[in-house]
Amino acid sequence: MKVKLSSLLWMLPAAFLFFFFLVPLGNILLVMATRSGVVSTNAIFQPLWFTIWQAALSMLLTLALGLPAAFVFARYNFAGKGVLRLLTTLPFILPTVVVAAGFTALLGPRGLVNGWLMQAFNLQNPPIAFMNTLGAILIAHVFYNTSVVIRVVGSALVQFDPRIEEAGRVLGGSPWRVFREVTLPLLRPSILVAALMVFLFDFTSFGVILLLGGPRFATLEVSIYSQTLSMLNLRMAGLLSFIQLACTIGITLLYTRLNGKRSVPLMPRLRGETVRTPKSIFEKTAVGLMVTVLVVLLVSPLAALALKSVLQTDAATQTSSLTLAYYRELFINRNDAFFYVPPAKAALNSLFYAAVTVLISVGLGLTASYALVRQRGLKRWLDPLIMLPLGTSAVTLGLGFLITFNKPPLDVSSFPLLIPLAHSLVALPFVVRTIQPALASIPASLGESAASLGASPWRVWRELELPIIRRAVMVGVIFSFTLSLGEFGATSFLARPDTPTLPVAIYRFLSQPGAMNYGQAMAMATLLMLVCALAIGLLDKLQVEGRGSVNSDL
Amino acid sequence: MKKVIFVFLIGALLAGCTVKLVGPQTLTVMTHDSFAISESLVTQFESEYDVTLVFLKSGDTGSALNRAILTKGSTEADVFYGVDNTFLSRALEEDLFVSYASPALEQIPAEFKLDDQNRALPVDYGDVCINYDKAYFASRDLALPQSLDDLLKPEYGQGSGNEGLLVVENPAVSSPGLAFLLATIAQYGEEGYLDYWQALKDNGLVVVNDWSTAYYTNFSGSSGKGAQPMAVSYASSPAVEVVYAATPITEAPIASLVGDGMCFRQIEFVGILKGTKNEKLAQSFVDFMLGKDFQEDMPLQMFVYPVNPEAVLPEVYVKYNQVPETTGSLDAQLIADKRDVWIQAWMDTVLR
Repeated sequence: MKVKLSSLLWMLPAAFLFFFFLVPLGNILLVMATRSGVVSTNAIFQPLWFTIWQAALSMLLTLALGLPAAFVFARYNFAGKGVLRLLTTLPFILPTVVVAAGFTALLGPRGLVNGWLMQAFNLQNPPIAFMNTLGAILIAHVFYNTSVVIRVVGSALVQFDPRIEEAGRVLGGSPWRVFREVTLPLLRPSILVAALMVFLFDFTSFGVILLLGGPRFATLEVSIYSQTLSMLNLRMAGLLSFIQLACTIGITLLYTRLNGKRSVPLMPRLRGETVRTPKSIFEKTAVGLMVTVLVVLLVSPLAALALKSVLQTDAATQTSSLTLAYYRELFINRNDAFFYVPPAKAALNSLFYAAVTVLISVGLGLTASYALVRQRGLKRWLDPLIMLPLGTSAVTLGLGFLITFNKPPLDVSSFPLLIPLAHSLVALPFVVRTIQPALASIPASLGESAASLGASPWRVWRELELPIIRRAVMVGVIFSFTLSLGEFGATSFLARPDTPTLPVAIYRFLSQPGAMNYGQAMAMATLLMLVCALAIGLLDKLQVEGRGSVNSDL
Repeated sequence: MKKVIFVFLIGALLAGCTVKLVGPQTLTVMTHDSFAISESLVTQFESEYDVTLVFLKSGDTGSALNRAILTKGSTEADVFYGVDNTFLSRALEEDLFVSYASPALEQIPAEFKLDDQNRALPVDYGDVCINYDKAYFASRDLALPQSLDDLLKPEYGQGSGNEGLLVVENPAVSSPGLAFLLATIAQYGEEGYLDYWQALKDNGLVVVNDWSTAYYTNFSGSSGKGAQPMAVSYASSPAVEVVYAATPITEAPIASLVGDGMCFRQIEFVGILKGTKNEKLAQSFVDFMLGKDFQEDMPLQMFVYPVNPEAVLPEVYVKYNQVPETTGSLDAQLIADKRDVWIQAWMDTVLR
């Protein structure tokens, strides 16, 4: 009976994906296919080609920054490490409109950097053109996704058995050779996972292209959006959505092929074993440089936002002063607006949806990972199916939800869980991609010997497997949590007007003129960062404490 | 086995969420994100008709309309508000609405009534115009453009770097962007508008994708303090800047250019959705939307103008907003037929 039950584990994620992904997606694609509309091939190949190469370039740049950063975080202790680690996760949650405002404050034509340069070199015009350039797209993608690389590769690095590298060095390998021939191959699975996730995020990028790249750049996702909502050409939108899905399957298959080899068993290591303080001048410089780059690239736009939320400019004198007026105003419903939502309530809505998203995606992610590891035959179809939501246009899936779930009890107004369900669809692939390799790396002999010593399956799981995959699970938790907190596309379709999330509330302010609205948007964005920082800080803390106690048992 | 349990769990979950309050009936209004209303007015309508109002919002005008079209006949909602004159023909072709000759229509000027069968009833209008930064023009002693032609003058082409003084939105993804494109088509005709845009482009035109970017990143008159002193926006923006100033101000930092043909009028409509089971109540709600109370509420909630001439405008509107004497106008059917052709041709001219 026990064997039978566990061999049916795959049904849970499969049923979830069937009801909440395949059915709505199938519905909307069918509707789109049957509607009239002009199909032009030129409007397919141009965005397709641009989508692929900008995603590949963005991914390479993100890896170029993320890999050394992950290495520094995993191997060295330095002042402010915890805070920096927290701050590098924050970009992920920020809605693009807010990020665009942050970048504008820094690099825009009247931003801080251009201002300094113009003053320093006595220039007439701002020397840096950032907005509406390919550079803006690439930098924003690096800004958003570096934390994925840091978390995914970092967690693999920390669990790394240092004896393997030591053995390499004892045998006479230079540090570079050990890195190239021992460390890198062992890290390959986690690097591939990070590369796959980052590529897919960039591949379906919408807000960054729209707001920072400007009108000269269009990805498939942007084309789907304009075909659907502006041209009302649903046939074309459906075709583009289908192509995007096909590409996602192709990319996933490529990944599976590259990752074909079975992962090397990793024994769990004590935390802190491989971490040390940088000693040589070279190490100190390298760590210092890395920290500086991260601060400049990932933290300074966030700081610019926070600064904007407390600055006001006097209209008459054009002088700036510090103020808390925007924060105070958030708590006042000045014009008796029916849809006014106090910031605390928006924050609670966001946290509630994020918590449910974590429960669903980590619960299903664990089940799916176990099923995939134990029944390798499932890999062929369940694996690509799980990845598919990542490559699905938010507009298309959002409309799919609306036409599928529009009758009570399953409709937007009576079933508030539609939002975390939609978020879970996007979070699940990531959770599976992080947990599954960790599970696969557990040597089968370990569980068998524990069982032969009389441990119950539950005890084997709790005391043996869980400690090994705990770090991977936490990465999944943090990821699904931040993803849900920052998600805007699907939420704007599905949120009831009386229960908006923080990003939805930010957009409301930014869609109206007025310094007070702009200031409140910045204040709300700062609150979003604070809420997220507190929550991640708490999760990171839990992880550290839990880990210590478990490892002392081993 | 597991599947059975799962289905049970889902069932239980659903059951838990569907316990609805037993009470007055509900009237559901489907609309876009910009819809706003005073709480007191909602309460007033609810108590007068013993009904609970439910609002469904999904995205901008385009996504809300898509939702209505795709869920046609699902009886998810009773009333749809927010289709504008650029989408009107599409909505009527889709046969979304039932006719309702509201008595309130009598007071409303004929220019707003674009559907002679009264399936779509006008509620409000707003003019898409160019906002300008008053301080920028004053400090440089620069004359204001009086017409679309004026925008081609070299003095409006030299801003920072090779960028000119005007920022517009991409009509393929932005509603004010499309409205401004329509204004130029109304002015120069289908044969001439692309030449005009080519000339604008040669004069340093800046294009961004959406209103928020244009207004808060590029426009120098907003708190974003961008580089362009002119941005395609709304004629109501000056008053809104005053209402939502960070510190109380008595003069608007921006104003609108309202020369002949420079603005395009967007009219928004409400309709009773086919298949509603609450047609009487839906009619009462439509009457309510056209009535004086709601019409006077709109300007400071949604920043649009009332179509009902009985409604008194708020003082800030009268004091700070400029009203165009004439606006560009195009036949709704023509817009529906040509919008994607026009947008594509615009992209080929301006973005390439």
